[in-house]
Amino acid sequence: MEVLREAEVLDPDHETGEIISRGRLVWRRFLRRKSAVAGGVILIALFVVAFAGPHLTRWQYLDQDLSNALQGPSGNHWFGTTQIGQDVFARTMRGLQKSLVIGLLTAFFSTGTAAVVGASAGYFGGWVDRVLMWIVDLLLVLPSFLIIAILSPQFRGKTWLLFVVLLAAFSWMITARIVRGLTLSLREREFIQAARFMGVPSRTIIFRHLLPNMSSFLIIDATLNVGGAILAESGLSFFGFGVQPPDVSLGTLIADGTPSFLTYPWLFLFAGGLLIVAVLAVNVMGDGLRDALDPNSSAVKARTRTK
Amino acid sequence: MTLDLPAETPTGRVVPGTPGAVLEVRGLTVSFPSESGTVTAVRGVSFALSPGEVLGIVGESGSGKSVSSLAVMGLLPSTARISGSIRFQGKELLGLGDREFSELRGEGMSMVFQDPLSALTPVYTVGDQIAEAVRIHRDVGKDEAKRKAVELLELVGIPNAKERSRAFPHEFSGGMRQRVMIAMAIANDPDVIIADEPTTALDVTVQAQILEVLGTAQEATGAAIVMITHDLGVIAGFADRVMVMYAGRPVETGTVDDIFYRPRMPYTLGLLGSLPRLDRAERQPLTPVDGNPPSLVDLPPGCPFAPRCPMRLSVCLELEPDLDPVRSGDTPGPGLHPGHRAACHRHREIEEQGLTATDVFPAQLAGEPPVARRPRESRTAVLDVEGLVRRFPLTRGAVFRRTVGTVHAVDGITFDIREGETLALVGESGCGKTTTINEILTLARPQEGRVAVLGRETTGLDRGGRREIRRDLSVVFQDPMASLDPRLPVADILAEGLKTYGVPREKRAARVRELLRLVGLGPEHASRYPAEFSGGQRQRICIARALALEPKLVVLDEPVSALDVSIRAGVINLLEQLREKLSLSYLFVAHDLSVVRHIANRVAVMYLGRIVEIGDVNKVFETPAHPYTQALLSAIPLPDPRKERERRRVVLEGDLPSPADPPSGCRFRTRCPLFATLAPDKAQRCIDEEPAVASQGPDHGAACHYAEVKTVL
Ligand code: SF4
Ligand code: SF4
Repeated sequence: MEVLREAEVLDPDHETGEIISRGRLVWRRFLRRKSAVAGGVILIALFVVAFAGPHLTRWQYLDQDLSNALQGPSGNHWFGTTQIGQDVFARTMRGLQKSLVIGLLTAFFSTGTAAVVGASAGYFGGWVDRVLMWIVDLLLVLPSFLIIAILSPQFRGKTWLLFVVLLAAFSWMITARIVRGLTLSLREREFIQAARFMGVPSRTIIFRHLLPNMSSFLIIDATLNVGGAILAESGLSFFGFGVQPPDVSLGTLIADGTPSFLTYPWLFLFAGGLLIVAVLAVNVMGDGLRDALDPNSSAVKARTRTK
Repeated sequence: MTLDLPAETPTGRVVPGTPGAVLEVRGLTVSFPSESGTVTAVRGVSFALSPGEVLGIVGESGSGKSVSSLAVMGLLPSTARISGSIRFQGKELLGLGDREFSELRGEGMSMVFQDPLSALTPVYTVGDQIAEAVRIHRDVGKDEAKRKAVELLELVGIPNAKERSRAFPHEFSGGMRQRVMIAMAIANDPDVIIADEPTTALDVTVQAQILEVLGTAQEATGAAIVMITHDLGVIAGFADRVMVMYAGRPVETGTVDDIFYRPRMPYTLGLLGSLPRLDRAERQPLTPVDGNPPSLVDLPPGCPFAPRCPMRLSVCLELEPDLDPVRSGDTPGPGLHPGHRAACHRHREIEEQGLTATDVFPAQLAGEPPVARRPRESRTAVLDVEGLVRRFPLTRGAVFRRTVGTVHAVDGITFDIREGETLALVGESGCGKTTTINEILTLARPQEGRVAVLGRETTGLDRGGRREIRRDLSVVFQDPMASLDPRLPVADILAEGLKTYGVPREKRAARVRELLRLVGLGPEHASRYPAEFSGGQRQRICIARALALEPKLVVLDEPVSALDVSIRAGVINLLEQLREKLSLSYLFVAHDLSVVRHIANRVAVMYLGRIVEIGDVNKVFETPAHPYTQALLSAIPLPDPRKERERRRVVLEGDLPSPADPPSGCRFRTRCPLFATLAPDKAQRCIDEEPAVASQGPDHGAACHYAEVKTVL
């Protein structure tokens, strides 16, 4: 099946001359990268496990099994138990839910904001540029950690998703500046001018031409942000902001487990391992997406060039 | 593939090498490792150069012409694998260490590059750099070397040589820098000068100056010159012998007359046939050479030109032809001159039947669109520009910007284009032609004057109005790579305009297919990215995109100047066919006047922001009335050696004045050859009064007080 599809892309029938749009072409090229597909599958699997897992065991993440405190992995407690007899598996799954959502959403919002703001500033120039860059500079000089610390109590008890917004709001500025720089150099390229002279609206030019041409950078930025957000969250949690006990995240689990990682490694090994798997999966998938979007990537080109 | 076997001396002893040759290259092969395999860039090049001779090496990009010359100079990267023999004054260069090589080379070979800026050190004054070159090769004192440097600068025609020798490279214009390069090249009194595309980056009038300087330099040093270029016109006027290269091999060699009047290899025929001629009034069909040069990785057996050759036989696919003498019994000349040779299995037939380019290659000549048969006055104007002015403030300072002057990029130009006609806007860089089309394309209100596209003035247009006009006005840019979004498949590129104007999806797909067919590509190309196409194909995609919305007026901004010669003709033919078929009007911006003569109905010559001459293309070319037009036309080399030898050039002095500070009165007066000969009272008028375009007959006007027709072709 796979082979058939590839043949279609590379040598479409002369008579029918199937017209394939960018979206589908990129999707097919992505599917051809085995590692990228694997990354995507793992990521989906993590989500499934994170949300379905807690239903597979009879322990809830807050339940205490006091008779079995601080036990290693067993048939009853798959990942072992904590000092106060909580089931590590249930807790890890709960943490994975939080961290995956926080990591991916924060990365998405942060890179997305950076892309839109940076590209708009660069493309429109003039007062749009000045206002947007003023905001960027303002946010850059504000001590973000402090602000999150001040705001966090206000949000206590409200949904922790607000935390995603906060994290994203303070992590997009540098990327936005870089995107603006890239836009300034792309803006004068003739293909942008060609689109402009054709009457293509500015918004479309930004999304169809500008951002895809810096997709490599944006994807790298986003994948880095995923790991960054998960870790930043644990850092903040440590200081008492972000995900608060009794709720858990991978970050808080790792933070709690590290002091005893030589003696009771199960306390943090599973959380740490899943964090690594998640970040790796995102990276591999990002790589694949980058290659799929980049017509010059060697992996895909070698095949198309043989004709 | 030996060109000339070792000559036998009277004593019967075979001496290696050809006596009398300053430079002799034999069986030179150069290959590079690359990601996709070994690239064999040069596959057996042999030539011998006698003292004072000019050998022209012609070829398109990737033909191996530059790599061969770099090999001779020992300038290839260390990854290159070179074999064969390179003898300079009888001494073998290959296999020598870096040091010895550069010593031998320094003694008598020098090189002139296409881009002089990268060959000059930016932090030293040019005088110091030349003096340095002098001192390396000659044992003279510092002052003596400096004096010599100034002398050399004078020789190559740098005004105020003494002062200018204290300037840095970036303070020179492109043409002046190339002169400095030449001065440096002759500083060591070389026996061989290798000039690699020395005039490609320059404007035609400057090119004429530089070729003249090269000639002077050759006279002064008696050096032999290897002139590498893709421009057959330059070769025709400059070289004694020519070697045509294709896919890393010489495919035809001979004297200039042999090559230009009796080409015997289909590639050479096609190349010459694909050149539009400046000096022919009736339009000649151009012979496009279909396809692209082969990749030099894993070249298939047989003639490398076979995939593109209409005369191909089955033997061509199996056996690569040798470079054989064209006429049997044509014995090689005395050692150095191998006579006229061609690498083609069928060169005899071509010779016997006297085949020409049009016999071998299919060529059609497109006619005029139906509307163009009506008299010009009765057709509607698709573009009307009147007194258009565009000035840019010249600012200085990063924090506090202050305006220190005004650049008069376009200063009051007037022209119109009627339905179904092509107007060419020509001029050298800095003349304002790019600004002009930008003013038209942005559809913004002009600073002064008026622009009307399809009868609608741009002043007072709202967003919706602009959108409507954009449907009927499209553009094709010069660089086909930069003007296609590298991240967008061709189908999306072509559909972009359709999408913008709300054409439904099913219709878009059909139109994309239709467009691809229209420009000679296939629907199977739709799902590829621009990078997978060659330059010519990319330009076809750009043209298809421009036609997507069925425009009435297409602005063509140097559409063929970034393309290889053999590809160019195909694109020109395509543009002409499309114009006939779709009744298009073109605004064609170009600096290549030969192409203009071929494609345009009318021409407007610009100089420093003004139109100096405008009118019917044949009238302007045959009876140019403005001194600048005359100089421009006479600067263009013709691919015709006999004509070139007889021609007298009007060589302009100096460079273009700064558009921030144009001369008073007539802007051309600082370089005008006519002005220089005028009596003072007459000349005063040129200084005081700016000439307006005055009629020189029906549909012909020139902006000169003393306009006087002079034929220069
Ligand atoms: S050898 Fe054959 S293919 Fe090559 S140029 Fe001659 S006729 Fe054409
Ligand atoms: S007006 Fe005078 S300076 Fe200008 S082109 Fe004519 S003769 Fe030359």
